[in-house]
Amino acid sequence: MSSTETPSPAPPAVALSVLRAEHVTKMFGGLVAVNDISFQVPQHSIVSLIGPNGAGKTTLFNMLTGLYRPTQGRILLGERDITRSRPDIITRYGVARTFQNIRLFGAMTAVENVMVGHHVRMRAGLFGSIFRPPWVRREELQTRERARELLAYVGLREPAFDRLAVQLPYGDQRRVEIARALASQPKLLLLDEPTAGMNPQESRALTEFMRTMRDELKLTILLIEHDMKVVMGVSERVTVLDYGKKIAEGKPAEVRADPGVIEAYLGKQA
Amino acid sequence: MSELRAQLREWREAVQKRLPPWSNRTLVGLLIVIGIVLPFLFSSSSAFMNATIIAVAYAVMSLGLNIVVGFAGLLDLGYVAFYALGAYSLGWLGSGFFFKAQVHALVSPVASTLPGVHLNFILILIGAALICAAAGVVIGLPTLRLRGDYIAIVTLAFGEIIAVVAVNGQSVHVGGGMTLTAGNLGISAVDAPYFPGIGSFSLLNLRPWYWLIFAILLFVLFVNLRLRDSRLGRAWVALREDEVAAVSMGIPLVKTKLLAYSIGAAFGGMSGAFFGTYYTVVNAAQFQFGFSIFILAMVIIGGLGSIWGAVVGGLALGYINNYLIPVVLNNLPSKVGFNFQLTSVEFGIFGFLLVIVMLLRPQGLIPERRRRLELTAEVAPVDAQLAEAPGTPGGAA
Repeated sequence: MSSTETPSPAPPAVALSVLRAEHVTKMFGGLVAVNDISFQVPQHSIVSLIGPNGAGKTTLFNMLTGLYRPTQGRILLGERDITRSRPDIITRYGVARTFQNIRLFGAMTAVENVMVGHHVRMRAGLFGSIFRPPWVRREELQTRERARELLAYVGLREPAFDRLAVQLPYGDQRRVEIARALASQPKLLLLDEPTAGMNPQESRALTEFMRTMRDELKLTILLIEHDMKVVMGVSERVTVLDYGKKIAEGKPAEVRADPGVIEAYLGKQA
Repeated sequence: MSELRAQLREWREAVQKRLPPWSNRTLVGLLIVIGIVLPFLFSSSSAFMNATIIAVAYAVMSLGLNIVVGFAGLLDLGYVAFYALGAYSLGWLGSGFFFKAQVHALVSPVASTLPGVHLNFILILIGAALICAAAGVVIGLPTLRLRGDYIAIVTLAFGEIIAVVAVNGQSVHVGGGMTLTAGNLGISAVDAPYFPGIGSFSLLNLRPWYWLIFAILLFVLFVNLRLRDSRLGRAWVALREDEVAAVSMGIPLVKTKLLAYSIGAAFGGMSGAFFGTYYTVVNAAQFQFGFSIFILAMVIIGGLGSIWGAVVGGLALGYINNYLIPVVLNNLPSKVGFNFQLTSVEFGIFGFLLVIVMLLRPQGLIPERRRRLELTAEVAPVDAQLAEAPGTPGGAA
């Protein structure tokens, strides 16, 4: 477990790390949203990012996916520096995400949403789209077929496939979002509060499903989560943020016992 | 009222279910045949024929703008810029305007002896499309990084800039005593389209003009339909729906928007080139801000994002503007004792129509499939469905 006083390079890798953040800082004007955070995500692991509201978790996610540029520090995906890469390029490199407040394309059907997710793996350009040669036709068919498979994989039922995203019930929207992320064939999947708004059974099922995905699709998963049951149950490592700083990191049991973490969540004991 | 609507919808769905799968194709084929034989039903230089030609050319523009505004959701208030550029492409490439040059390609025997640049109309059409697409990239690069309302303001400014350049271009010398535009005097004596074997088009016989613009419409329609159901079309809709989510799914923001903008521009340019030759003059006064709004009105009345809607909207406003008001109803006010002509209040009429359509049918005459689904389907009974599906996200795994 490392604390904030050691700004040394990231701790020795447990396994080959898929993602490495080094001294990442993000400032909005004078506000320091993320402050000198280093952490890494070992390959084929499930890592959780926790912390009270406003701790900078989603800001960190947005930097990892290229939506924000870090003010300082670097982010490495494997050996590749993605600190200044555009979001679409990072997706191409194999990072996919979901959003805290679901951001599906409302006016598209579930299948179409997932097909958009496959965008980076398709080749049809302007002229391919207009003249639609056989290879484009095949690509379209395969993408549609794959999208349906993925929707089935995340547990959506057939009648919902061709309904507009806005008309789907909340739980199904969450599923579609995961399927859409999977469609880009990621190596690293970022889930931003995937169990928000779910009841305990649903959360448990999703926890199981994360492991299944990890094993079957050879994924690495980084998730932001508030539900401690999910966090403790699923993650191999936990990183805790508070006020933009990393206050603890380690195995779930270690983190749970950390006095700093308890203080951040429950307040200082009198 | 709502019961009646529900009943109508039910019937429509029942009919649709019973129709064989090829019925859509047949309908389109039938429409094309009607389009082709239409000129034989009217005299070859009638006012109706003239209005039809203009209406079809409007529909082409409307289809172009529909890609920008309807598909990609970029509110462009300066579309007239591409009408202007298309028309000037014709002026530059198909007249004696650049009188020091001697360039001829596949033009009529008469034109091939004249000084200036004289290219075959098809070449000009391609040229206009390319020039406008390039201009779309130039205008779009700084503009499309903005979002929403800002795009509208900046495109509006570019539309005005082009209009001013068109007027003042007569003072811009390009060498040899030649200027960039002819300002309000206009580039006149532009070539009429000429095709080997058919000869030059003449304004005494409007039928060939009609078939020409109808062919252009079919081409643009084909491209629109293909693009809608493609990787690119999905990317546009995704950007329109949620930009942040779209780029996170790997859609390159600027490139994808630029493609929409340039393709829309190219179609505007093709229609503009046709208008240039059809009006036989390219005059700076044609390119007013109001025209941008006029085309936008076609797209909105037809149904934002709907291809067939754009066609119907373009045709409807085209006929109203060029036939119904000036020819059929123009003297109506004087018949009931008023002392004005209907043409002098046509913009008021358009505004009124727009308000009526927005009130009675806000989704447009032929709404896009997505919007239709959004507006008609009942809101999902969220909680009930959640309860009946006891959380099995990995059920099938």
